[in-house]
Amino acid sequence: MTVKIASEMITDEIEMRDAYVNELIRIAKEDERVVVLDADLMHSNNTYKFKEAFPQRGINVGVQEANMIGLAAGLSAIGKIPFAHTFTCFAARRDLDQIYISVAYAKLNVKVVATDPGVMATYNGGTHMSFGDMGIMREIPTMTVIEPTDSVMMKALVSQIAYTYGPFFVRVFRKNPVKIYEEGSTFEIGKGITLRDGKDLTIIASGMMVAESLKASKMLEQKGVNARVVDVFTLKPIDKELIVKCAEETGAIVTAENHNFINGLGSGVSEVLVENAPVPMERVGVHDQFGEVGDVSYLKKRFGLTAEDIVKSAEKVLKRKRA
Amino acid sequence: MLSQSEIVELEKFANDIRIETLKELGHLGFGHIGGAMSIVDLLAVLYGKVMNLDPKNPSWEGRDWLVISKGHSGPSLYATLALKGFFPKEWLYTLNQGGTKLPSHCDRNLTPGVDMTTGALGQGISTGMGVAMGLKMDNKKNYVYIIIGDGESQEGQVWEAALFGGNANLDNLIVFVDYNRQQLDGYVDDINSLGVLKDKWETFGWHTQEVDGHNVNEIYTAIQNAKTVKNKSHVVVMHTIKGKGCNFAEGVELNHHMHFTKEQVEDAIAELEKNFHEKEGELS
Repeated sequence: MTVKIASEMITDEIEMRDAYVNELIRIAKEDERVVVLDADLMHSNNTYKFKEAFPQRGINVGVQEANMIGLAAGLSAIGKIPFAHTFTCFAARRDLDQIYISVAYAKLNVKVVATDPGVMATYNGGTHMSFGDMGIMREIPTMTVIEPTDSVMMKALVSQIAYTYGPFFVRVFRKNPVKIYEEGSTFEIGKGITLRDGKDLTIIASGMMVAESLKASKMLEQKGVNARVVDVFTLKPIDKELIVKCAEETGAIVTAENHNFINGLGSGVSEVLVENAPVPMERVGVHDQFGEVGDVSYLKKRFGLTAEDIVKSAEKVLKRKRA
Repeated sequence: MLSQSEIVELEKFANDIRIETLKELGHLGFGHIGGAMSIVDLLAVLYGKVMNLDPKNPSWEGRDWLVISKGHSGPSLYATLALKGFFPKEWLYTLNQGGTKLPSHCDRNLTPGVDMTTGALGQGISTGMGVAMGLKMDNKKNYVYIIIGDGESQEGQVWEAALFGGNANLDNLIVFVDYNRQQLDGYVDDINSLGVLKDKWETFGWHTQEVDGHNVNEIYTAIQNAKTVKNKSHVVVMHTIKGKGCNFAEGVELNHHMHFTKEQVEDAIAELEKNFHEKEGELS
C-alpha cells in the first residue's frame, strides 16, 4: 500500500462510475471471464460502456434484480467473474436472500456493485435511500464489504475485487467525489489509511464522510484539538489492528458514515473497541431513520452528516475522555 | 423413441432409485418423500440415458449440468448418484445427520455430483440459467437441465427467470416442471393455482412440451425433441403424482414432508419390487 494524499480537497474530475467501469473494461480486454450484469440501470451506472465494448459479456436483465444475482451466481459456477450492478437499496434489501444463498452460501464468486449509497440517492428519495446496506451485507459470512472513497481508490481496487475469490459488496457513489488520493496510490482491502496524524482523538470514516472528517479535523485544529483521521474503506474484514492502535494512541474515537449508525462502520468499530481497547466513542451517522428526498447538501444537514456534526461529536467524546 | 428393452431398463432404474430413496429416508424416519418420488422417472431418464457424466470426475468440464431448483428433492437425487457410482451407497444412511455430505437440500459444496446449492425456492432456475448462459458464451456443447416445482412456481423469481429465458433463447437449457399439483399445505389449485401452465410458458416465449412425468419414453422423447429446436429455451411440463410409487405417500394430501415407520417403508419397498416384477413379466 503506497498512498499519496491530495494536497487540497477538490472535486474529482472523474466520476467514480467511470473510474470503475473504465478499469473493468481494461481488465476484461485481457480476461474473458469478466462479465457484467445490470438490472436496467446501465445508463445510471455507466455499465452500458462495458456492454458496448463486449456485447456478449454485458447483460442487461431488465428490472429483475433477484434473477440477475442468480444468473451471476450460475455464471461464476462455470468460472466467470461476474459483476452485478444495481442501486444499493435494491442490492441489499431486495437481493438479500439471493446474495446470501445463491452466492455466499453456495461459495460462488459474485461481485455486487451497488450505487447511490445513503444520501447520495438524493432526488430518488426515501424509497431509494439505503442506510442499512452495509449492516445487512456485513452479516453475511464470507462477504467482503467495501466503500471506495474516491475515483483513484475505486480504479485501484477493481482488479483486487476481480481477483480475490468470494462474494463482494462494493458501495459506490456514482458521481464526482471529493478527491482524497493522488493518482498512483495503491490500496489493500482490509487495511485502513491514516490520512492525518493526531493525538487527541481519531475520526474513523468511510465513503463521503472521509472528506467531511478531514474538514472537521481542520475546524478542530482551530479550536486547539489535534484529530487523527483514518479512512476505513473496508467495513469487512475490518482493520482491527489499526483501530486498536488509534484507540490506544489517541484515547477517543469518533466514527462517521453515510449510513445508519446501527450495524455499519460505527458498530464495526465499537465491536473491535469493546473487545480490545475500550475508549470513549461517538458515532456520526443516520440515527435510525428513513431517507427522504433532497439535494446532498440538504440531506447531509438533515441527517447529521456534516463536518460540523463530526466536530460536535469530537467535542463530546473529548469531554468524556477527560472526565 | 426408446426401444422396449431401453424402456424396461429405465423403468428398472427408476424402481431402484425409488427403493434406495425409501431406504435412505426410511433410515431417518421422516423427510420430503412426496416431491422426491415425483421426479424419479425424470432422474432415471437423465442419469440412465441422457446426461454426459463421469462419476469418477463429478466436476468434469464436459459434463451436463442438473440443477434441482426444488432443492428439497435432494434425497432421490442422492439415491440416483449413489446408484451411478458417484459415492458409496452407505452414504445414503447418513442423510441429514450432523457432518453428512447429504443434506436435506442440495449443496454443491458437499455432495459429489450435485451441481448447485438449492433450497431457497425460486433461486435454482436463475442459477441454472446463468450456467447455461455462460456455457453458450463459451460455445460449449454441455446441456443444462433444471427441475422446478409447481409450488415453487408461485415464487416471483421463477417468472423473472421465465421472462429472461424466453428472450435469451438458451437452446442448451431444458427446464422441467414437476407439476404434481400438491404443495406443503395441500393442493396447488386450492392454495394459489398455476392454471394452464403450458400456456404460461409458451406465452413467455419458450419451446414448450407436456408429458406424462412417469412415462420414461415420453420424457426421453421430449428431451430429444427439444434438442432439435434451436434458438429457443425449452421447458417440459411434466404431469406427475406427488409421492408416486410410494404406497403410504401417493394419494395422501399432506405428503410433502412425512413421518413414517420402518414397517411402512418395508411394505412400500416390497410393493415396488412386486409391481415391477409383475410389469416386467407382462412385458417379456
